[in-house]
Amino acid sequence: MSILVDKDTRLLVQGITGHEGLFHTEKMVSYGTNVVSGVTPGKGGEWVLNGKIPVFDSVKIARKATGANTSVIFVPARFAEDAILEAADAGIETIVCITEGVPVQDMMRVRYYLDQRNVRLVGPNCPGVLTPGEAKVGIIPGHIAEAGHIGVVSRSGTLTYEVLYALMNQNIGVSTCVGIGGDPINGTNFIDTLRMFEEDPQTNKIVLIGEIGGTDEEEAAKYISTHITKPVAAFVAGRTAPPGKRMGHAGAIVQGGTGLAEDKIKALKNAHVRVAQHPEEIPSRLTI
Amino acid sequence: MKLHEYISKRIFADYGIPIPEGKVAKSPHEAKQIAEEIGGQSIVKSQVLVGGRGKAGGIRLAETPAEAQKFAQEILGMEIKGLPVRKVLVDRAVQIQDELYLGVTNDRAARKPVMMASAEGGVNIEEVAERSPEKIIQCHIDPVMGIQNYQARDLAAGIDLSRELWRSFGKITHGLWEAYVENDATLAEINPLVVTADQKLLAVDGKMVIDDNALFRHPDLEELRDLDLEADSEIEARKHGLSYIKLDGDIGCMVNGAGLAMTTMDIIKLFGGEPANFLDIGGGASAEKVTAALNIILTDQNVKAVLFNIFGGITRCDLVAQGILDALQEVDTDVPMIVRLVGTNAREGRELLKKAEMKTADTLAEAAKMAVAAAKG
Repeated sequence: MSILVDKDTRLLVQGITGHEGLFHTEKMVSYGTNVVSGVTPGKGGEWVLNGKIPVFDSVKIARKATGANTSVIFVPARFAEDAILEAADAGIETIVCITEGVPVQDMMRVRYYLDQRNVRLVGPNCPGVLTPGEAKVGIIPGHIAEAGHIGVVSRSGTLTYEVLYALMNQNIGVSTCVGIGGDPINGTNFIDTLRMFEEDPQTNKIVLIGEIGGTDEEEAAKYISTHITKPVAAFVAGRTAPPGKRMGHAGAIVQGGTGLAEDKIKALKNAHVRVAQHPEEIPSRLTI
Repeated sequence: MKLHEYISKRIFADYGIPIPEGKVAKSPHEAKQIAEEIGGQSIVKSQVLVGGRGKAGGIRLAETPAEAQKFAQEILGMEIKGLPVRKVLVDRAVQIQDELYLGVTNDRAARKPVMMASAEGGVNIEEVAERSPEKIIQCHIDPVMGIQNYQARDLAAGIDLSRELWRSFGKITHGLWEAYVENDATLAEINPLVVTADQKLLAVDGKMVIDDNALFRHPDLEELRDLDLEADSEIEARKHGLSYIKLDGDIGCMVNGAGLAMTTMDIIKLFGGEPANFLDIGGGASAEKVTAALNIILTDQNVKAVLFNIFGGITRCDLVAQGILDALQEVDTDVPMIVRLVGTNAREGRELLKKAEMKTADTLAEAAKMAVAAAKG
């Protein structure tokens, strides 16, 4: 067991013939992910990776032909809204959107649409989902995590890799690592992921990696104190970030006194979460 | 991206929102001409992208065109909170009875837009929200359906607006909503929306913030970006596809990934140092990109040490190491450098750096301690 993606994932890649899409499809396939097809409008009928993976013109056709149940999106930001809606409308159950820079009003419309359907979106602006040894959906490097019992959820990319690497160096394995993305409005938040980890028998403990901006960590802290029985360790980035400045991620900004790292850390500590001072302390916070 | 008052109000006017007659001037002489065209009293308003313009003396009421010229002369030479005033807006002065607030923004927690109105306009709305939140009436708007008439009436009733003004208020809320949607704004606000002595609503001040991620749809707005708001180094960084923010410390940071870049700043502080900047070089770390980033970091005279923290996931560390060494051939500096490479081919990367007698660190904590020590000399 694990969450979101596993051995049964039948993956479709949207934007498979693009530079990023093709590069990461190759990595996902060599990791052992079951990539069944790709979509690039106008390139239906082609094959990629030496004829291993068929390309279709639409998600609907690709799903019908190859039985895909999960999609990963690598299209440019201006086409991301359309790509997510297309996947949802074609009946894909889990959509992972890697694309960075999607306009926030596009995401508000997407959320509105998805909220009326039973579809799971992870991202956008995220590194994807990795279930070590089973499936890699997105761009998280496969070799920095081994299978185990720690669930990892994060708003960041390379910071997540840093934590995975620190865990691997201490021989601590991971059930699933979920990058929920750095945008102000996303498909899956901390609470959604915490709920899945709580229900997942393979996950024993949880690592939460937050950052400045919004109040998701505070909401997560409330949820942890009432609904989560498994131990949680956390790290929150951005204690030194100046207010009013967007720190790279669209969602990482301290505005009008909300979104401060200190408030998030305080809320998490109040929920008995073991908060690390820096990412390399995470493994020791899990073993206490 | 923040838009100036005069641009925001011009956009509002395009959506049927009444604004005072007025024009923008770059010289005192132009200000005088505009005041003459308007006739009577005028308001001379500095156009800078910070709050508190009035308190700083950047907004003046002129009785005559000659006075408008004099005030424009004074204001155009000013700096407000470090920003130079390059333009003034000369508006017709109006007799104000009441000052209201009306704004629309993204509520990230609700994942929907929210329209807000308050009878307490003309002051910082965040202060009102803190002091007396009940005085702000909120209404979430369905992003697909848009604002409905009943919602505008709810807002009007909520702020005790006199019924004679409801129709006009309704038109303004619809106009503001459309301006917000069609320009991909993250904030569109009228503060104050005034009730004039002759019982009319008028948007006396306006502010819009446009979603940076949506600027590809609005090339006309991108051209209006006010570069005064950013340090020269931040503008230069954007040209190279780097995300850079200058800070006040003395340890320069070069990191791949925004979250890790913030973490690197935090850990420097944790071990007693002060970060000089936030810098995300993004994916890959070619010699060209590293060179550009290093040049930007070193334009800051306060920098006494530079910490490289690169996690090689997809990117191979030996290539990153070579990129750093190549960049150092291009950049003439004696500032000490500390490099931490982790991930794919990290050992090979470190070997390359050691051969070139660079200081390297294995862990983030060790790297931060070394950088703090190097900066202290």
